Amino acid sequence: MAASSDRNPPPFPASEEPETGLCDMADGDSDEGEDIFVNNSTPVAVSRGVSQPDQVSEEPPDLFSEEEAISTAPTLSTTAKSNGVHSDDENDLFAEAHVELSADECGSSAHKDPSSSGPRPTSSFTQSPAARQPTSLEQLEEEEAKDSFDVDVSVTSPEKIGDGMNAYVAYKVSTRTSLNMFRSKTFFVRRRFSDFLGLYEKLSVKQSLHGCIVPPPPEKSVVGMTKVKVGMDDPSSVEFVERRRAALERYLQRVVSHPSLLQDPDVREFLEREDLPRAVNTQALSGAGFLKMINKASDAVNKMTIKMNESDTWFEDKFQEVENEEQQLRKLHAVVDSLVNHRKELCMNTAVFAKSMAMLGNSEDNTALSRALSQLAEVEDKMEQLHQEQAASDFFIFAELLADYIRMLGAVRGCFDQRMRAWQRWQEAQSTLQKKREAEAKLLWANKPDKLQQAKEEITEWEARVTQYERDFDRIGMTVRKEVLRFEKEKAKDFKSQIIKYLESMLQSEQRLIKFWEAFLPEAKAIA
Amino acid sequence: MVVIPAFCLNCCSRQLIQQFLGTVLLLYCFRCVRSIIRSVSVDLNNDASLLIDIPDALCERDKVKFTVHTKTTLSSFQKPEFSVPRQHEDFIWLHDTLVETEDYAGLIIPPAPPKPDFEGPREKMHKLGEGEATMTKEEYTKMKQELEAEYLAVFKKTVQVHEIFLQRLSSHPILNKDRNFQIFLEYDQDLSVRRKNAKEMFGGFFKNMVKSADEVLISGVKEVDDFFEQEKTFLLDYYSKIKDSTAKAEKMTRSHKNIADDYIRISATLNITMSFVSLQKVEGRVASDQELKLTELLRYYMRDIQAAKDLLYRRARALADYENSNKALDKARLKSKDIPQAEEHQQQCLQKFDKLSESGKKELTSFKGRRVVAFRKNLIEMAELEIKHAKVRSSIQLYYICFIMCTNELQYAWGICKILCEQI
Repeated sequence: MAASSDRNPPPFPASEEPETGLCDMADGDSDEGEDIFVNNSTPVAVSRGVSQPDQVSEEPPDLFSEEEAISTAPTLSTTAKSNGVHSDDENDLFAEAHVELSADECGSSAHKDPSSSGPRPTSSFTQSPAARQPTSLEQLEEEEAKDSFDVDVSVTSPEKIGDGMNAYVAYKVSTRTSLNMFRSKTFFVRRRFSDFLGLYEKLSVKQSLHGCIVPPPPEKSVVGMTKVKVGMDDPSSVEFVERRRAALERYLQRVVSHPSLLQDPDVREFLEREDLPRAVNTQALSGAGFLKMINKASDAVNKMTIKMNESDTWFEDKFQEVENEEQQLRKLHAVVDSLVNHRKELCMNTAVFAKSMAMLGNSEDNTALSRALSQLAEVEDKMEQLHQEQAASDFFIFAELLADYIRMLGAVRGCFDQRMRAWQRWQEAQSTLQKKREAEAKLLWANKPDKLQQAKEEITEWEARVTQYERDFDRIGMTVRKEVLRFEKEKAKDFKSQIIKYLESMLQSEQRLIKFWEAFLPEAKAIA
Repeated sequence: MVVIPAFCLNCCSRQLIQQFLGTVLLLYCFRCVRSIIRSVSVDLNNDASLLIDIPDALCERDKVKFTVHTKTTLSSFQKPEFSVPRQHEDFIWLHDTLVETEDYAGLIIPPAPPKPDFEGPREKMHKLGEGEATMTKEEYTKMKQELEAEYLAVFKKTVQVHEIFLQRLSSHPILNKDRNFQIFLEYDQDLSVRRKNAKEMFGGFFKNMVKSADEVLISGVKEVDDFFEQEKTFLLDYYSKIKDSTAKAEKMTRSHKNIADDYIRISATLNITMSFVSLQKVEGRVASDQELKLTELLRYYMRDIQAAKDLLYRRARALADYENSNKALDKARLKSKDIPQAEEHQQQCLQKFDKLSESGKKELTSFKGRRVVAFRKNLIEMAELEIKHAKVRSSIQLYYICFIMCTNELQYAWGICKILCEQI
């Protein structure tokens, strides 16, 4: 058990930590085009087990970081297992419990609270770029850990504007910030759903080319919106609007907590500008449209005849991981969906039962028993309410979390595809260059000096392009790497905080349940 | 099916319940199972002169074989202690013969135990088998365990209702002297021969009676006694209400079960074998405990009230017979023909009716008391169980929260939770 009290778990056997100079990765979208990055196209021999943020970051080691953590760190799970001291315990509740923590989706604190203040370090090229040993991913993560953002956004007060089929819902987007790039410390604007989609469109067009993971917005829903438009105030419309509001809020929070996206002028405009021009053509980029786009890209990639020769398996492995995880989440989401439905069913059945009990209580001729049965009916009524709240928490905390991350993983896949495209462009440019060179050679032989000049110019042009594309490809590779790591950390944090929230809501339910039944007990005892 | 050696979770005994379709149940040994469920009715088995229980049962395919064990000080039995194997059909035979016995017309005959119904779990097992390919190994194992728990619940239930039936008989001053009851307890051969004979004799009579019973009562035979008039109104109303409540309670417990199943699948997918599994075990246990307490209570008294209604039907019929005999006597007097027969017939009907009324009143009064006591007992137990399970679930949730949050301070977190658990 002593091991468990270590702040930092012992070094993992499989991990190699090249203690190299910190070759920093500046902003992925830095356009300085410094040559220091060129060499990073050579394979980075980083072991898979290195994605442990735990050891260097300031945050406490996360038991639940990645799946990989478990495969390369048997010590960690045995630590956990030794904490399954439950087996020694008389309490047979835990007797069969064995703690297999290959859960890969929990992390520490919520991402809404910035851990420490301070702008993103931009001047951290402290180490000599000459140390060309592969950038340690851990060290990349250390950089990420120092980032923090003093921007807090919230989406509130949905308000229906207009009537009939042209009606829409406007949300209040409030920002609170300490960054100087905004016009003031706190401000708010009104936005509608298509505005959010428009923001996504702009961002994805620009940023995804660099390999950024742009958070996808919530999906469009014709059915849901029509109901709201038609003006029904029924609970399902209310729930729909609430669901959308919460999703939009999470979307914005993800956008602003992304260091590169926050710098984007479109984001600032979205948050600040009073009157935003209406976004058009948002159909293609929401919901089914979005998914179609991703899949089309994947198809294009698959159709590539030249297989990318990856000397570094990181990308391949990671991509596979992402796909597997998406599968798992989809499965989980289906079960949680079923859970939500069953709980709603339980609500209904409990309410119906409560009424029936009340009737029975009325029929009963023994007074004390009659009263007890009526009390039982009341308790069951309260239980119904409890179940109702639990169903909401099942849905809003658990199910939506899963749905969000399924979409996010789609976006992650998208950025891998972008990298493939960049590689493709580079390869094509190379083969074009080759052709040009061959053409030049032919011209030399055929002795046509005037055409030769043109050929030489073309070669120079294409040489430059090849260099450019190669550089782009490397850069996008770096960005993708950084983004994926950041994403994984955020995901771990998110899952952990949400699951804790979920458990806390369950805990609260249980406490209330206990109160209800404890109040009922004396009534039952009073039957004579 | 694999037979896995296991221990009773309660007492670590290895004497587990006999096989269910080839698999061994993992949870409890039979003795602990029985100590976990209290009987739905009040403790009937406290008259030492005749003690009956069902200490053991075997499930072969769908047939359940009960071991009926009797301990008695009465001289009417050949031995002071003995056991016989009995099937469900034997219980039905016993019940039917008691119902058909004229002498017992004025008594509430304890309702027959329902047929063991493994349809639910069996269907689930079938579905599980079909879906095996699509699930992970963990999921499959867990669902299988849950299924075994369900079988266990059905099994527990059926043993219990059969036992209660016998205990009701043994505690009834008149019925426990019945000759057929004695045969049932003692006869060490197969009862199937007797059963067949009985069927031929009584065949559809009982069913016919039930069919026309409602008509007799409702047709408004003029009631002469206030007590019975009130009882009639009360029982008819109460019966329909309790039938409704039973159905709704069953639906509710089914929903609980579905939720428990979902938690199993969640925990299997997440590979978090600890907390969620315990959660679902408790959730599943809640569903089955609630089922045993409330639903069974309601179901049992629904049937008991039916038996009380049957008594009222018989009495109403006797009243009708009496009134008809009066009319016949008047007719005879008018015609001056067969007067002595008519008078005698009238006297017989009157006697029968009076006897039924007298014993009926006694039965119905004690029935009331019994019902109130049973409800009290079960409502208390149900509330206590709800509280207990909620506390257990809370501590599991709390533990899990601590675990996630303080992952490097597990020792500390575990310490907290240990304390909490001990408070349950």
